[in-house]
Amino acid sequence: MLYARLIIMRLFKAVIVLFLIVILNFLLIQLAPGDPAAILAGEAGAADQEFLNQLRERFGLDQPMYVQLWRYVSGIAMLDFGYSYRLGVPVFDLIMARLPATLLLTGTAFLISLVLGIIAGSMAAARVKKPSGSIIMALALVFYATPLFWVALMSVLVFSVYLDWLPAYGFYTVGAGYTGFALILDVAKHLILPATTLALFFMAIYTRMTRTSMLDAAQQDYVKTARAKGLKPSIIQRRHVLRNALLPIITLAGLQAGQMVGGAILTETVFAWPGIGRLMFEALQQRDYNLLLGIFFFSAALVIVFNIITDLVYRLADPRIKGAS
Amino acid sequence: MSFFARFAQNRGALVGLIILLMIIAMAILAPLLFPESPWRMVQRPFLPPLSQEGFPLGTDTMGRNVAAGLMHGAWVSLLIGLVSTSVALLIGVPLGAIAGYYGGLIDDILMRFTEFFQTIPNFALAIVLVAIMQPSVTSIVLAIALVSWPPVARLVRAEFMSLRNREYVEAARLVGQTNTTIILRQILPNTLSPIIVLASLMVATAILLESSLSFLGLGDPNVMSWGYMIGAARTVIRQAWWLSFFPGVAILLTVLALNLVGEGLDDALNPKLSRER
Repeated sequence: MLYARLIIMRLFKAVIVLFLIVILNFLLIQLAPGDPAAILAGEAGAADQEFLNQLRERFGLDQPMYVQLWRYVSGIAMLDFGYSYRLGVPVFDLIMARLPATLLLTGTAFLISLVLGIIAGSMAAARVKKPSGSIIMALALVFYATPLFWVALMSVLVFSVYLDWLPAYGFYTVGAGYTGFALILDVAKHLILPATTLALFFMAIYTRMTRTSMLDAAQQDYVKTARAKGLKPSIIQRRHVLRNALLPIITLAGLQAGQMVGGAILTETVFAWPGIGRLMFEALQQRDYNLLLGIFFFSAALVIVFNIITDLVYRLADPRIKGAS
Repeated sequence: MSFFARFAQNRGALVGLIILLMIIAMAILAPLLFPESPWRMVQRPFLPPLSQEGFPLGTDTMGRNVAAGLMHGAWVSLLIGLVSTSVALLIGVPLGAIAGYYGGLIDDILMRFTEFFQTIPNFALAIVLVAIMQPSVTSIVLAIALVSWPPVARLVRAEFMSLRNREYVEAARLVGQTNTTIILRQILPNTLSPIIVLASLMVATAILLESSLSFLGLGDPNVMSWGYMIGAARTVIRQAWWLSFFPGVAILLTVLALNLVGEGLDDALNPKLSRER
């Protein structure tokens, strides 16, 4: 009962945020260079005046601003994002076709970064004053400071060009005609480089978060009790400290994960991964504003969905937190 | 202990400061060592590093001097990092101060507004903003500032909330100082140290953002930047590794140095807090 209300509240909030983003998109279209009629209609500058006037009438651009805004918002409420002007295809269809690849990439990267980040962070927390702990944190700082797109390029250089271990581009081997398990294996091989390079940056963040969170948890009374009981430090670390530090880590990680969509734009561009990030790069190069804004809306929606899921998982996992807030 | 002694106790911060000074020197010396525009084609293309005198890092796909680009790029990165952080502070500090000082409904509204900006994926918003405003130093600075002010607002708000009921603030109120005077003269100076630490980390993030934008082709077409150099060399990575390798190292070192300096500032400005960890 409580969860049902909570979900409704969160969805209500999400709708408001998405509504504000739609309004932001509408304002951005007004700011975009060129005629909004041309942008909305999905036509390049080639159209003649008469045609543009027709378009203006059809899209209601001769109407006052608030009517236009209403039309735009109600269009998006019915999943009508207009047309991509270079491709002549509905923006919604384009995004839907590319979404699975992005979800696969960001999902894999999230799991890799979370697992490795928690392992590295708890190792660093257990070795606070030792050089090995400092080395882990120094590495985390280096990964944090490295530009994502550069790591991606350098990994292509090392693992595809010099070592020739992994494919550098694409989603699967074109023309190989794999099916079934062979196809899954092929996609997995293509996934390794993009997912690990995207994961590195977030792994660095999660390593720092885990360490802080575990050092906080280690200050708690029950840890002192466990130590006084004479439990082995390794057992205390695993059973008492890590378990209690884990929940806040996962929550914070979930909130950070929204930014992964942004990182995916860079990795997908380097690896020609056919997701919405690569689509955004293509839209950028063509100055396809309507497509660009559609993808922007979807990436924000992804972040919101992710946040709601994290929130619900957190509340389900930790019964101490009640529906409030 | 003096400020610098506390700062220098953190060895990483000292290393960071030295790297940062070297990069600043690069930016200052660029016009002296390479007075020609870094865009000029000066040699045959794809010259490997160390193969010819005057071209220690080789030439790019168009025969432009990579070393010259690297040095001129330092200036652009630092400039955009500093200016966009300042603009973000100009947005975030007043919003956070007002929200934290007055509380109540104003606080609610301003915080919802901040949350909204935090929900939107930073990088995607920056891309859209630059694409629509057309790439230029100004639009890049504005876009980076617009996506990076929310943490400032939150930090300043939290500081103001904890300080607004202190005795010296009550005293100032009793003497009849106006709210504006109290905010600017009494509370704001006491929130400066965490703001300075955050700002140094923000410069680092801004430099990463700028390089990512120009990597995607959204750099100012008139200025040479590290991100642009890597982006332009992306498709020839097999033939010419050095074109993307060196600018990437430059970005990495700059961002790393700023983070180290930020940590050192944190140690020096908040000695009680940081010693625990």
